[in-house]
Amino acid sequence: MADKVLMKGNEALAEAAILAGCRHYFGYPITPQTEVAEYMAKKMPKIGGVFLQAESEIAAINMVIGAAAAGKRVMTSSSSPGVALKSEGLSYLAGCDLPALIVNVQRGGPGLGGIQPGQADYFHATRGAGHGDFHMIVTAPATVQEMIDLVGKSFDLADKYRMPAMLLADGTIGQMMEPVTLTENTSAPIEKPWAVTGYDGSRPRNVVNSLFIQPEDLENLVMERYARYAKIEAEEQMAEEYMTEDADIILVAYGVAARVCRNAIKAAREKGLKVGLIRPITLWPFPKKVMSAAAEKAKAFISVELSMGQMIEDIELAIRCRRPVLLCNRTGGMIPTPAEVLAKIDEAAKIGG
Amino acid sequence: MAECIDELGIQSKTIGIASVGCSVFSYNYFNCDMVQAAHGRAPAVATGVKRADPSKIVFTYQGDGDLAAIGTAETVHSAARGENITVIFVNNAIYGMTGGQMAPTTLPGQVTQTSPYGRDVQTVGYPVKVCEMLSQVDGAAYLERVAVNNVKNLMAAKKAIKKAFQNQIDGKGFSLVEVLSACPTYWSMTPEKALERVASEMIPYYPLGVYKDKYAEEGTK
Repeated sequence: MADKVLMKGNEALAEAAILAGCRHYFGYPITPQTEVAEYMAKKMPKIGGVFLQAESEIAAINMVIGAAAAGKRVMTSSSSPGVALKSEGLSYLAGCDLPALIVNVQRGGPGLGGIQPGQADYFHATRGAGHGDFHMIVTAPATVQEMIDLVGKSFDLADKYRMPAMLLADGTIGQMMEPVTLTENTSAPIEKPWAVTGYDGSRPRNVVNSLFIQPEDLENLVMERYARYAKIEAEEQMAEEYMTEDADIILVAYGVAARVCRNAIKAAREKGLKVGLIRPITLWPFPKKVMSAAAEKAKAFISVELSMGQMIEDIELAIRCRRPVLLCNRTGGMIPTPAEVLAKIDEAAKIGG
Repeated sequence: MAECIDELGIQSKTIGIASVGCSVFSYNYFNCDMVQAAHGRAPAVATGVKRADPSKIVFTYQGDGDLAAIGTAETVHSAARGENITVIFVNNAIYGMTGGQMAPTTLPGQVTQTSPYGRDVQTVGYPVKVCEMLSQVDGAAYLERVAVNNVKNLMAAKKAIKKAFQNQIDGKGFSLVEVLSACPTYWSMTPEKALERVASEMIPYYPLGVYKDKYAEEGTK
């Protein structure tokens, strides 16, 4: 087993990307993710990789498109306002069927917002990352170790399904330090025969393109992409369950909010309330199966989030509104306290939990 | 351009970046691997391709709206980085793909769909002179403005384009050739009249010539 080392979330994810074979990073500084760029600036030149600080987030994501089109494992990282700027490129990545990793270490919004942790980009990541019909694979780490594990996983899924993957972290996970184990990504590289590597007549000419003037052609392509998305929804849902077996009340939370929930659950259990946690690890595909199964027994759900009620919609959809879903939230860079979550648990218990 | 690629024997390692505008379908016309970029972003996409494999020859083919309006930042900064790519910039002073609107390079007084009373520099400002602007950027290696309005100029244009590709082969850095071109359709002129206009109106405003040749300059010192 590899030794444990103490690492900051942002640096851990950068190292994890390198271990996963990523040798191309294009980014732009923004709090609270700048350490990713700084780490890459230090490391990449020493291992024959490419670190490039772009003139803008827009340029960075388009450089990612170029390197992805050339068949490389490539990533960019940013935080909320910067990720919004990347939206154009996210849509093009999807429209060109290009794999890439995009990290969003979220902060409070809208606008310039704040620099404290946030989760208000949930809708952007899972529904509206850009124009047109498309999805990204979206994962959400709750520990620094998971930051590492999900980086490798995201690269693999992006390559497998030829689509962008987003790691949706928050400022807390990005900035905190925890002991972690770094392991080499051992998955076999996936062939990319579609990449632009030079046409010498030995294969058809490769064109990476998202423009289709005939509506029938475009519709067919989007339909094919959605068939792929359906397969992902069936096979790639990930969630962690904590004390859900006997739970009357299910908390649903991801990232830093899930850590707060664990403390609240301990306090609730001491009071005799049967409370558990479902922690989505994939936000798209949303872990509907585990959510729906839990709704068979549980009497109420609580969405605990650092946003004004975004993930709550996916919970309601997943359980088809069979149970009441309450909202426990803070926003603008504030994090709910265990006491606030406990108060919401008490409220849920009164209405039938 | 295609002739230059053939003559230099670089087809099998050339990757082209198509842009948005009349140039959008260039991925159908060049017999090499191509990437179709978002509007204005071709130099950034080219940067990604080139950095992914510096042994490839990477060019962009962009119009005036793409390069000198929405993609100004990508143009200036790829030049500033001395990115080892070849940029072919077709300036016909109008947006053709969308049907004849005012471009950043539309001449003062020129009538377009969005300057129906002629470009009024007091309200919408002056045309952007790309070669002059980039000549102030240290990272740019080679900048030349050519025209394709007659056979003599066409031959000179080919020579400049070939040099812009040769520079990349030699690792000399950012090379851009601005090609003054006619748009008879949206200038509402016959092709012949349109070519005359390139000579009578465009070239006086956008003088032809080499605006920067970093290595030639160094060589003469």
